[in-house]
Amino acid sequence: MAIAHVSAPDAPIAPEKKSKKFAYILLAPGLLWLLIFFAFPLINLAETSTKTPAPTFETGEFVQTFRFMNFLDAFVDNQEQFYRSFIYALLATLLALAIAYPLAYAMAFRAGAWKNFLLIMVIAPFFTSFLLRTLAWKQILGAEGPVVSTLQFIGLMSPDGTITATAFSVIMGLTYNFLPFMTLPIYASLDRIDYRLLEASGDLYANGATTFRRVTLPLSMPGVVAGTLLTFIPASGDYINAQLLGNPDNYMIGNVINSRFFRVVDYPTAASLSFLLMATILIVVVIYIRRAGTDELV
Amino acid sequence: MSEPKKVQGDLVLSHITKSFADFTAVDDLSLTIPKGSFFALLGPSGCGKTTTLRMIAGLEEPTSGKISIGDTDITYTKPYDRPVNTVFQSYALFPHLTIFENVAFGLRRRGIKDVDAAVEKVLGLVELAHLKNRKPGQLSGGQQQRIALARAVVNRPALLLLDEPLGALDLKLRRQMQIELKWIQTEVGITFVHVTHDQEEAMTMADTVAVMNNGKIEQLGSPADLYESPKTVFVANFLGQSNFIDGVVESTDGSNVVANIQGTRITFPKSRNNASGSALKVGIRPEKFRLHDPGDNTHGNVLAGGKITDISFTGVSTQYLVEMPWKQELVVFEQNDGGAPDLVKGDPVTLSWEPQFTFALDGASK
Repeated sequence: MAIAHVSAPDAPIAPEKKSKKFAYILLAPGLLWLLIFFAFPLINLAETSTKTPAPTFETGEFVQTFRFMNFLDAFVDNQEQFYRSFIYALLATLLALAIAYPLAYAMAFRAGAWKNFLLIMVIAPFFTSFLLRTLAWKQILGAEGPVVSTLQFIGLMSPDGTITATAFSVIMGLTYNFLPFMTLPIYASLDRIDYRLLEASGDLYANGATTFRRVTLPLSMPGVVAGTLLTFIPASGDYINAQLLGNPDNYMIGNVINSRFFRVVDYPTAASLSFLLMATILIVVVIYIRRAGTDELV
Repeated sequence: MSEPKKVQGDLVLSHITKSFADFTAVDDLSLTIPKGSFFALLGPSGCGKTTTLRMIAGLEEPTSGKISIGDTDITYTKPYDRPVNTVFQSYALFPHLTIFENVAFGLRRRGIKDVDAAVEKVLGLVELAHLKNRKPGQLSGGQQQRIALARAVVNRPALLLLDEPLGALDLKLRRQMQIELKWIQTEVGITFVHVTHDQEEAMTMADTVAVMNNGKIEQLGSPADLYESPKTVFVANFLGQSNFIDGVVESTDGSNVVANIQGTRITFPKSRNNASGSALKVGIRPEKFRLHDPGDNTHGNVLAGGKITDISFTGVSTQYLVEMPWKQELVVFEQNDGGAPDLVKGDPVTLSWEPQFTFALDGASK
């Protein structure tokens, strides 16, 4: 539908040309950066993905044979980790959403003077490295840690039970690590909601629950979509959480790629898996955005 | 959703007080707004008019006092249970819903049947039926204003509240909407309570205007009443402009008061005197004055010895500042109809006005 009242002014042609040229000059460093650090490695990766081991059988030596079956082999051999990645990422995303939405809601509407403090608390974990925080969880949830010993003491856990090295701790770790990425966009979209819209909804016979369902939730959808994407995408490619908080039974596709690259030195399989992961995420995300229909909002 | 009870009748505010931490926004306010009237709450910002409106809407709770419509006490009723709808100052249209769904919002919440017909009808009333599939962001300010009105009116509330509804519109559109609002109110017959700081807007539309200041009602009456017979200096200056000259009552002569203002004797009808003592503030509206060359024939009350100190042309009229012998500057408006003498800065002039346009307030009033 055309937006009738927004009409572009009839700008003279010459300045427009000039400003376009100028815009390209301003864009150049960014484009160059993208070319060197994104496009080039991507092409390189694509090229690697269809290679096969060199006839010399020397470790790390591969020749280009355009073997597209590499993709199928890589998938068939690692199906389990593939599915597990998406299931863990999905569960972590849902958990993070369940925690982040009420948190963001409270921050946006109920926190009053505490708003900025809470915002800093949400961001604070970033002051420490991702790796260190995950290691800290390994300590907290470990056999000697406070959680296990407390649960064992009150008899909720058998003396030889563990929390680490389970799917639970991996999903928990993913949820924890990506929670700020879920919270911040939701908070931003809730905080932007004009409070008078909620008053207007109440004025138009909607009680609190109906106002939430009909006004607050739809208006916060852009934040929910952004948050779920920012959680789901990195979570499905993550390997740190599975490596530190899980055992090989909990390994995700990231772990496989990591070991193919650095331990087995099987570059073509690692490259094929990377491409498959990217392609799957891209398809899932496109379907999700289409279904969520966020372009309809505001 | 529960259907609000069919509440009808006059809106009665009795002894409403609203105190915030450090100040009292509304101070023991009592008011009856008759069913079906167009009522304006007029006052400067911070006078408590918006707080009063929000209490009627249920968006604020009064600290003390009672609000009722007819026999129904609504003081503590939740906003969604009140037969009251508001046209918000910012319009507060839902950006994620189409115009149709915006207007249908209240009907759907109450489970009304035949939403389509009701919405179409009210969109016809505001002449925007063709925009029903648009989103609010695609509408101009004036169109959004009408949708906000339609969204409230479609519910047929006992009471429609308008919070500075025309504040965001430009002057020309505001004038047009004033006329339309008045027409729609007559058409639907709902009680309108209109909050504004714009005295012209209040006077154009409302049957009754209450002028508020510091949380209290200064004066309540018809627009003509308030303008011609202000009871306080605040009202006299908030609705239009006024000249005040200090004076004292000398005697009464039948139905007239004889007063001395700065050495000149004037008369005015007793009914125009609101002062309790003999000290007066004598008020004359700038447009009631007539300008004469000294020595011309005059009638009514006369003040001689003025001198023009400033002239500004405003189109319809010309505004003069006249310095009087007692060093007070009076404001005089003259219609640009050829009736006033050609005057330039520094010219000596005599002022006259008809006694019935005088209004006298207590000498001590501020």
